[in-house]
Amino acid sequence: MYLGERQKVMEQGIILEARNITKVYPGGVVANHNVNLEIQKGEIHALVGENGAGKSTLMKMLFGMLKPTEGQIFVDGKEVHFTSSSDAIAAGLGMVHQHFMQVPSMTVADNLILGAETGAFFKVDRKKAVQITKELSEKYNLKVDAQKKVEDISLAMRQKLEILKALYRGANILILDEPTAVLTPQETEELFEQLKLLRENGHTIIFISHKLNEVKALCNRMTILRDGKTMGTYDVSELSEQEISRLMVGRDVSLDIEKDDAAFGKTVFSVKDLNYVDHFGKTRLDHVSFSIKQGQILGIAGIDGNGQSELVEAIVGTLKPQGGKVTMNGKDLTNLSVLKRQEAGISHVSEDRLKYGTAPKLSLEDNMISKVYYTKRLKTGGLIDSKKVTAFTKGILDEFLVKYDNTKQSVSELSGGNVQKLVVGREYDYDPELLIMNQPTRGIDVGAIEFIRKRIVEMRQKQKAILLVSADLSEVLSLSDTILVMHEGRIVGYIEDVKNTSENELGLYMLGVKEDARERIEGAYCE
Amino acid sequence: MPTVNKKFTVVRMACAIAIAIALSVVIIFAVSEEPLTAIYNLFLGPLQSKRHFFDVFAGSVPLIFTGLALGMVFKSGNFSMIADACLYTGGVVTAAMAVQLALPGGVHPVVIMVVAALVGGIIGSIPALLKVYFHANELVTSLMLNYVFFYLGIYTVTKYLADREAGTFASLKYATTASLPVLISGTNFHVGYLIAIAVTVLLYLLMFKTKFGYEVRISGSNPEFAKYSGINTAKVIILTQVIAGAVAGLGGAVEQMGMYQRFNWQDSPSYAWDGVIIAILSGNNPKLVPFAAFFLAYIRVGADLMSRRSDVQNELVSIIQAVLILFITAERFMAGWKQHQEAKKALGGKA
Amino acid sequence: MNVFQEIINTLSLPEFYFAMFRSATPVLLTTLGAMISSRSGTSNIALEGTMLISAFVGVVVSAFSQSAWLGFLAAVFAGFVISNILAYFVLKLHSNAIISGIALNTFASGGTIFVLYLITGEKGASTSLPSLKLPSVNIPIIQDIPVIGAVLSGHHILTYAALILVVVVWYMFKYTRLGMHIRAVGESPDAAESVGIHVQRVKYIALSLSGILTGMAGAFLSMGYVGLFSSGMTAGRGYIALATQAIAAGNAVVGMLASLLFGFCQSLANYLQSSNIPLQFIQLMPYLIIVVAYTAYCALVEHNKKKKQMKAAAHK
Repeated sequence: MYLGERQKVMEQGIILEARNITKVYPGGVVANHNVNLEIQKGEIHALVGENGAGKSTLMKMLFGMLKPTEGQIFVDGKEVHFTSSSDAIAAGLGMVHQHFMQVPSMTVADNLILGAETGAFFKVDRKKAVQITKELSEKYNLKVDAQKKVEDISLAMRQKLEILKALYRGANILILDEPTAVLTPQETEELFEQLKLLRENGHTIIFISHKLNEVKALCNRMTILRDGKTMGTYDVSELSEQEISRLMVGRDVSLDIEKDDAAFGKTVFSVKDLNYVDHFGKTRLDHVSFSIKQGQILGIAGIDGNGQSELVEAIVGTLKPQGGKVTMNGKDLTNLSVLKRQEAGISHVSEDRLKYGTAPKLSLEDNMISKVYYTKRLKTGGLIDSKKVTAFTKGILDEFLVKYDNTKQSVSELSGGNVQKLVVGREYDYDPELLIMNQPTRGIDVGAIEFIRKRIVEMRQKQKAILLVSADLSEVLSLSDTILVMHEGRIVGYIEDVKNTSENELGLYMLGVKEDARERIEGAYCE
Repeated sequence: MPTVNKKFTVVRMACAIAIAIALSVVIIFAVSEEPLTAIYNLFLGPLQSKRHFFDVFAGSVPLIFTGLALGMVFKSGNFSMIADACLYTGGVVTAAMAVQLALPGGVHPVVIMVVAALVGGIIGSIPALLKVYFHANELVTSLMLNYVFFYLGIYTVTKYLADREAGTFASLKYATTASLPVLISGTNFHVGYLIAIAVTVLLYLLMFKTKFGYEVRISGSNPEFAKYSGINTAKVIILTQVIAGAVAGLGGAVEQMGMYQRFNWQDSPSYAWDGVIIAILSGNNPKLVPFAAFFLAYIRVGADLMSRRSDVQNELVSIIQAVLILFITAERFMAGWKQHQEAKKALGGKA
Repeated sequence: MNVFQEIINTLSLPEFYFAMFRSATPVLLTTLGAMISSRSGTSNIALEGTMLISAFVGVVVSAFSQSAWLGFLAAVFAGFVISNILAYFVLKLHSNAIISGIALNTFASGGTIFVLYLITGEKGASTSLPSLKLPSVNIPIIQDIPVIGAVLSGHHILTYAALILVVVVWYMFKYTRLGMHIRAVGESPDAAESVGIHVQRVKYIALSLSGILTGMAGAFLSMGYVGLFSSGMTAGRGYIALATQAIAAGNAVVGMLASLLFGFCQSLANYLQSSNIPLQFIQLMPYLIIVVAYTAYCALVEHNKKKKQMKAAAHK
């Protein structure tokens, strides 16, 4: 079969090829190991894989942002050695980054021409820039406001601008890095239509994703990456989603969680009518209400950026919503500080462990004691006792199987999975009544994922209330007792019968296609 | 087992010091007609007599205070230079109280130190308050305010304390009750040194053994994490700079009472700027501040001897200082060496 | 009682406004320099020291070459060199920009005295050096208009240069490729890099330009009206420029107005020295007013931000 496929490729022409690519980062992390990728002219080719499988690393090498340690890259059959992204651009590649590469204070037209300006050195021709923007925009049916500042346009329009930028620079191979993460379902649909149009115009597209339904809907072929290695290239129609998952993860998915039947206790925690509008005027939380009981894992599903982060912030107290109430065991927390809320029994594993969850430059000890540093537990004679701190830190690190040299080393020296275990250990040790897990397994290795999920179930067994926010649907489905789905700041789905719910059904809610009746959703809240 | 990072910091610092010393030797050879005398005095001068050696200790006193103050401010992630105004005004307050107040010996210095620290703390709080309430950059406001307080100080001394007979800018003589006793006769080694060490110990405990110190370190290292940990970062910013200001103000008082009989700081002494290098040499760790201060004071005393006994001027020190700061803070300076060590360690671990 | 009268009298003198432009010149040049480096994403704290070194180099070179223009070029070149040293440490070796800036200022204040002593045997001022000044220029037609002629004509050539440079810098940011690249690099370096702009190179250029402008400011100080170098003669003007630059928020014209505010205070201070206001109060006034103006500006920005969000929420 391999040979046959090879034959087919030869006929159609390979426009981009990565051969035996290996990338070792400083510090010894092997992100890509002998990776092979062949892109045919005029196809939409998916690159799928779990977080940390090496997708982004591979793309950065193809786009000249990183240099491969070993291996070769060919464009149109000729070997290339990119030293910067400008080389890649010159070779006809264009990249739509996950975080848009735009200057917010400049106009759409200025951003389009930046680095390849119209006019003379001493006089940029703005009129022409606007004109070109309009022409390109019409030609590819990607509508943008040429004269608006980028900071004033929507994410969807920014993405269109990003695609136009690549096209303006003459790209015939477009790389899109998880482009749908920031889009609403309608916008996703629209994007797919536009991408198909580009394909018809003879462009080649590499579509990076871990959303299998999207890959199925859009792509011709796909290459699967796992742990930095290629697991083969297939026709999309050739494999079922189940089979793709297996190739991505390396074993049957449904990381089976063994848990007892639910035994809920009394209601511990509630939010009622939380409302928040951010300073761009965008509604982030829209009358969000729910309760969590002892021994209950309440899962929040939703596409990233639909209000989940703001919800968590409003609960832990780092964000002041404009309306609504937060209560814990009947106590009103709404106007209390972050610290007071912690003391009321809230623990929180934040969505970004290095940005919010730790001070990476400080020692494991300093990071471990952030919840208890002011308590008597660590003090002798009124002063913090370093022996007690070390013992405390060691205790948790060992219990949570963190791999470390010594407790004085800095957090930045640990791997992602170990940092996350440190954070989880710290928050567990606080013995909270409500544990918030925001993206608890994002971007960490499978071993750490399993460990952390088991710990979450263990907390449930101890009759703790748990709020699980995750973009990973299989995680939400396998762990939660009850699921709420958020869409554009609202709760649109309330699912009690988790066992009989599928990812597809959750997907419908997440896309805003399906919405439960108000009365039903109100059932998520109880006094 | 020391981590690569720690070892790296030490090696890099040693290299920076070596570069600075080498550069000063080169400069001396380039400009001097008696380079050996100059070099000898610069590096060994302080060891020639008991008096000079203890001058190093006396000279390190104000440096310890400003080094502690700046180190603390840096540790909290801020860049206020207001320690300059705090120290200067602390000196002016001392002059006023040493000239105008009649108090018994023993009590007099204590009262002065308390008031100078208070005034220093108040001045120190201004850039912090402007930052917290108006989001004004503390570096910019502190640099301006330094001039404001400097001229206020000059005004106070000229108007209320000046000795009209002196012929130059100087206050009346201080009351003898207001001077800090010398510890070893025949030297300038005064009680102020012990006070500086005591403050060092206190600040060390504060920074590493108390709730507040922890909050300062976390806020300085990652303010977002601090926020999520329930730390009131605004309070930390203000309190840190109040304490730093108080330490600098106290430093001004101790320096005046220990080394002067009358106030004659016609220019603001550069101790706050020297504090920057002390803070950097000590890695913002109070424990190491006296050593860093000793190092700089040693060079200072050596340079003074050099400029008196040879044809090389003591401003050479600021060149040494600048080179030291530049290389010590250069993260990528010798990065190659670090990577090599890391690789060695990683491979060693695998084998 | 007659202090007020005195201020009124001063404000009615055309010479006062002439002096305002004169005092504003070095701060204006440095503000433009600070603006360029700041918009490229590096805050240049070393301006104070750069200006001092340039002032010194200008005097020395003009004295030895007996050419004012050679001295001027040397001063500008010195500014270029110092800012490139800063750039090397900050951009290449990843030093903290603020601390490196402080180091260079320390270097400048001691280094200039060190070399001054080597050359003249004195530490205070370069009185014994036969250094030269750059000329002042009368503008035809305008010089003959009463009042306006007295205010606007007869200024130092660098004062006119500074005013022209306001327009140049404004134009550069608005219309030239370089200006666009500097803005892009400062605001989102990743975006700039992704479209093939050489981020490091643009930042080097921006810092060099800031050094060149600051070098001109230094030359103005020592080769403008005074005609000598004295130790510490910059007296915090490099720091003032940081504040005026912040107030300007990237707009060269606002930067000019902020610098003129400083010029106004400084000039007023000079005129009031003979009044019965204590000298030190007069001396501290420019610094105090700039810090107040800067803080007020920050407060206003903050206030507007909050108002915007409140409005959005109320809208909901």
